[in-house]
Formats: sequence, C-alpha cells, structure tokens
Amino acid sequence: MDIASAIFGFLYQIGDAAAFLVLASAGLAVVFGMMGVINMAHGEFIMFGAYGTAMAVRAGLPLPLAIAAGSLATGVIGVIIERLVICRLYGRPLDTIVATWGISLIFSQGTLILLGSSFPSAGTPLGSFTVGAYSYSWYRLILMLAAIVLLVGLWLLVNRTRFGILARATIQMPQMAEALGVKTRVVYSLTFGLGAALAGLTGGLYAPTMTMVPTMGSTFILEAFVTVVVGGADVFLGTAPAAGALGITKAIFTSWQGQLTGQIALLVAVILVIRLLPRGLSGWILKERS
Amino acid sequence: MTRLSLITALSGILISTSLAADPPIKIGVLEDQSGDFALATICKVHGIQLAADEINAKGGIAGRPIQLIIYDTQSDNTRYQEFMRRVLQKDKADVVFAGFSSASREAYRPIVDQLHGLCFYNNQYEGGVCDANMIVTGAVPEQQFSTLIPWMMEKYGKKVYTIAANYNFGQISAEWVRNIVKQNGGEMVGEEFIPLGVSQFSQTIKNIQAAKPDFVVTLLVGTAQSSYYEQARAGGLELPMASSVNVGQGYEHKRFKPPTLANMYVTTNYIEEIDTPESKDFVKRWRAKFPNEPYINQEGENSYLAVYLYKEMVEKANGSTKIPDIRKAIATGGISFDAPEGKVTIDPKSQHMSHTIYLAKVNDDHSISFPKIWPDIKPYWLGEAGADLTKSNPHTQYTPSDPPKKAE
Repeated sequence: MDIASAIFGFLYQIGDAAAFLVLASAGLAVVFGMMGVINMAHGEFIMFGAYGTAMAVRAGLPLPLAIAAGSLATGVIGVIIERLVICRLYGRPLDTIVATWGISLIFSQGTLILLGSSFPSAGTPLGSFTVGAYSYSWYRLILMLAAIVLLVGLWLLVNRTRFGILARATIQMPQMAEALGVKTRVVYSLTFGLGAALAGLTGGLYAPTMTMVPTMGSTFILEAFVTVVVGGADVFLGTAPAAGALGITKAIFTSWQGQLTGQIALLVAVILVIRLLPRGLSGWILKERS
Repeated sequence: MTRLSLITALSGILISTSLAADPPIKIGVLEDQSGDFALATICKVHGIQLAADEINAKGGIAGRPIQLIIYDTQSDNTRYQEFMRRVLQKDKADVVFAGFSSASREAYRPIVDQLHGLCFYNNQYEGGVCDANMIVTGAVPEQQFSTLIPWMMEKYGKKVYTIAANYNFGQISAEWVRNIVKQNGGEMVGEEFIPLGVSQFSQTIKNIQAAKPDFVVTLLVGTAQSSYYEQARAGGLELPMASSVNVGQGYEHKRFKPPTLANMYVTTNYIEEIDTPESKDFVKRWRAKFPNEPYINQEGENSYLAVYLYKEMVEKANGSTKIPDIRKAIATGGISFDAPEGKVTIDPKSQHMSHTIYLAKVNDDHSISFPKIWPDIKPYWLGEAGADLTKSNPHTQYTPSDPPKKAE
C-alpha cells in the first residue's frame, strides 16, 4: 500500500506538471505549427478565458458551461484580431512577434484600467481525496483528463473533419488550395480563432485555481513557449511528447530539491533538446520514421 | 454686483499668488501603478495624496504647500532607476517616496546615495538597510517575526516549514524565521524558495505534507505566487499559516473565496479592519476621497504617515529641506506622529520606525480578529548589532548572517 501510494503520488505530480504544459501550449502550438505565426499575445488570450469564465460563473452559469463560454468568447476575440492585424502580416514572422507583443501589452493594461487590479476568483470545486499519507485535489485530476481530451479532440478535428483537411491543405500549399476553391482567408481566421479558443479554454480551466489578475497570462507563457520549442512544429508528435518529457523532468527535480531546482532542470532540459535536436522532438520523430 | 464679484475674484488671485511666492515642497512619488505589484501599491499613492491634501488644507509644511510629482514605475526595477534619476536631477524633488519590492529598493538606493537625495521606503521588508539617505517607515523582521513566530510555536507546536519567494526579501526573512525558531527550541522541518512568477504548487504542497509541520510560514510575494493558497486548500492542506506579507499587503482575504485563507496569522502594523477610533476616522477620510478603494493596506498607512513624519522633520529643522538639517532633527529622537495605528517614532540609530504590531487572524468566513496586540515595538536589531547612523553612514544592507562590524 505504501509503495502504491508513493507511485500514485509520483504519477499525480507528473500528470499535473504535464497537463499544465499541454494546456498552456496547445493554443500556441496550433497557431505556430499550422500558421507559422508566433503569438506573443497567447498569455492574454489565456487571461481573457479566465476572466470570461469567472464572469460567467458570477452570472450564475455552472462551471463547465462557464468555461465553454469563456473559451468561445476568447475564440471570437481571436478571429477579430486575426482579421484586423494578423492577416496583414502572413509570411513576416518577425513583424508578427512585434505586433502580437503590442497587442498583449494593450490587452493586459486595458484590462487593468477597465476591470481593476484584481478580480474575485471562483474557488476550486470538488474538494480533496486522500491516498496513503497525502491528500490530493480532485479538480487537478480533472485538469489532467482535460489535457488528454483536448489532445484527442484536436487530433480528430485536424485528421477526421473537413475543416481539418482544408486547414492542412491551406497550410501546405495556399495557392493550390485557393485555386481549388478553398477560402483560405476564412481558414486562416478560423485556425487563429481555434488557437485563441484553446488558450481561452486553458484560462477557464485554471481560473478556479489561480489568482485572477491582468498579468496572470504571463505565468503560462514561459512554459508554453519552451514546450512548443522543444516539441517543434507538429502539435501531436511534438507538443504532447514534449509536455510529457518536460513534465517528468520538472516533477522529479521539484520533489527532490524544490521549485527552484525544478525550474532550472526544466530550462536545462530545453537547452539540451534544442542543442541535440534542433528541429524539436517532432522533427526528430519524423526523421526517424522516414 | 458684477464689480463686487470681480473684486473678490481679483483678491482671490492675489491671495493665491502670495501663497505661490513660497515655493512648494516637492515630493517625488515612485510607486507601481501597473504590473505584478500594482494591486498592493496603488493605495500607497492614494495615502500620499490624502496626506498631502490634508496638510495643504491646513497651510502646508512650514507654510509651504506640498507638490507631488508622481511616476508609475510599472513593477519594473529599471524604471525605478530611470525615474529616480529624473525626479532628483530634473524635477529637483526635496524628498522621494519610493518602492515596494526589496529588489526595486536595492535597484534605486545607489542612485539616491550618489545624488545625495533623501528617500522614504514606506514598506515592510526584510530589514537591515543602514543608509543615512534612507528613512524606512515599514515594519521589519524583529517587529513582525519576533512577535509572530514564538506566539505560533506556543499555540500550534515547534515544527515549522517555510515557503518563501526566492529573492532578497524571502531569503533574508526566512533566515530570521530560522533563527527565531532555533532560539525558541523549535525545529525547521523544511524550507523551500519559490521563484517569482511561479503559479503551480502541487509538488510544494506534497513536500509540505511529507514533512508534517505544525504550521507553515508563507512568505510568498506577487499575484502569481498567491495562487498557492487556493491550490493548498483544494489539495486538502489545512495547516495553520503564519506570514508577514499576506493580508496586510495583498488583502488576499478579500479576494479569495472563503475559507481559502482560514487560519492564517499575520503580524501587520495596520489594516483597515483595526477597530480603534483613530483607525475608523482614517478609513472614513480615505473613503471620502477614494470611494472605490478596494482595500486600505498597511503600506497605504505607512505612506500616509510618512508625509506627516516628513512635515515633522522639516518643521523641526526650522523649515529647511536640506538633508543635514533634516538629519539633525532626526538625531534628536523626537520625530513621532500619532498615526492611525497608534504612536510611531523614528529611531535615530537606524532611521527605522517603531510600530504597534497587530496579530491579525483570518477566520473561516474571512473576517479578521485580533488575538493579540503588541504596542510600541521598536526596530531594535540594527542598533543592538552595532549600527549607528548618527555616527557613521555605511550605505549598506546588513543581514543576520552579515551583521555590522562592532565599532572599533
């Protein structure tokens, strides 16, 4: 029983760290991997999702519906931003970095001015359970489940739906897709909106567990970027294994020597991976395959 | 009728120009009004504005009005350096009120020294700054921890776990906790330093459960780290908590859903729940000027009373704002003020301030009760360790493991 509870505790910590990495980076990975756009406003989309969710909860919606509403609202904001700014900058990756960084500053400062320096949080539901000598949060198990569901859902969307086929066609060969009658502009808008909605979903899921402030997105952004960099361009072959590997690294070192060591180990792992596999895990996996 | 009103208008202009003949006393204000710390620091600016308005309405400092020069330092240390140069060199401020985090204070302090400015740091911190150009009105560890930790050990037990923000504030505060626990025959069962900006605490919560402490000392800083409380509660960790920074700065008990913070004990020199007539009157005046203030925290009161202390110093120095004259006034030991928390006095040896320390307990419904009040706790450590600013000015920050060298 003692060994079983120790193993459970270890798996829980890995799952918790990996779920955070998957959820933090999914939206960023979609926008980067499929569109080549580096979205510096990713953290602010997460913040919008969290705020939207908290507002919906206060308006009386149950939490799951509130999260969906927050995610959807963020997706709509994403589509609007794509139409106004991003669509003028395709093929200019450096310019998109500057433009989206500007957007992120406007969003977080605008939120501070309009809604004040903090926002009442919703409170974590479901309570805790005990295994062996330790107690755990049910809600964090839900977060792990959500990360898996998100990956499966995204895979089905990209590989099994008409939108997925059109999106992949547009990304691979935009001119040819357009010649065949695909409205590539719409596909780009929707893909960016999807990325924003995923960020919003992450914000909504983490909203009950965190302090709600205009800068909350910045606590996700470092982990999101390192996961995408380690993963490489492919969401499924890259982001998921990268989140797993980094999650294990972080959990082991944090349990051994605390948060600081965990953080250092995470970043050292990132440097090693980029040095040895410059195209990320997905580049390496694809090369091994071929 | 119109002629009469013209005359009154003219005389009004005359009066105001005759007032303006006395040049104003310029107070520079560098506080974070945006960024990660804004939540706890916007009300410091308001406290200074309230005090300046009250003093100006009663004739100013030694007959001169106060003029505030306010910059937003954006929770960014480099902004402090930039604005500190500007406010001292270009705006020629007589005195500057600046800083929240210890990192920001240590970023601007060399500039204050270099330009021979005078600066108030109106914030509780890890203690030890020994610099004649700095006056500290916030509480320090000997005031907050030598009261809090023995009280907690007596009530809950002797096994202590500290989690602290990983920079000078957290490291030095944790050192204080470690020493006090040891002096009182207790045991540190764990200690963890958390990088600023970390918001996920699952593993930390497990580490704490594994160490089985009697209570946890939480020295977490910034809005990201305050996610710990929600996650600890959800993870079933319900140990009593002791802190020198929570509630009194970030009013977590107002922001989080009860009972997230239940059973937390904080030593603070002021929070708006304090139930004395002076405190109630202070809250009333504050809310009349800033009706939308979310919370009046201890740094708000420190900033407010600092303006009055400065008035006291200038008037003791016969209206001079020159630093040697001000320092002579401080050296008399007679600079004090009846603040909303109670009477406070500046200690000439360290240029820190005595405080009334309130032990605030967060109840299950997040209301506050005060199980204990310690009046007139002095900032004794620097003086006892051998520092004396009236004799020498080392321009440095000491720590318990790096104390002042005893006078030769």
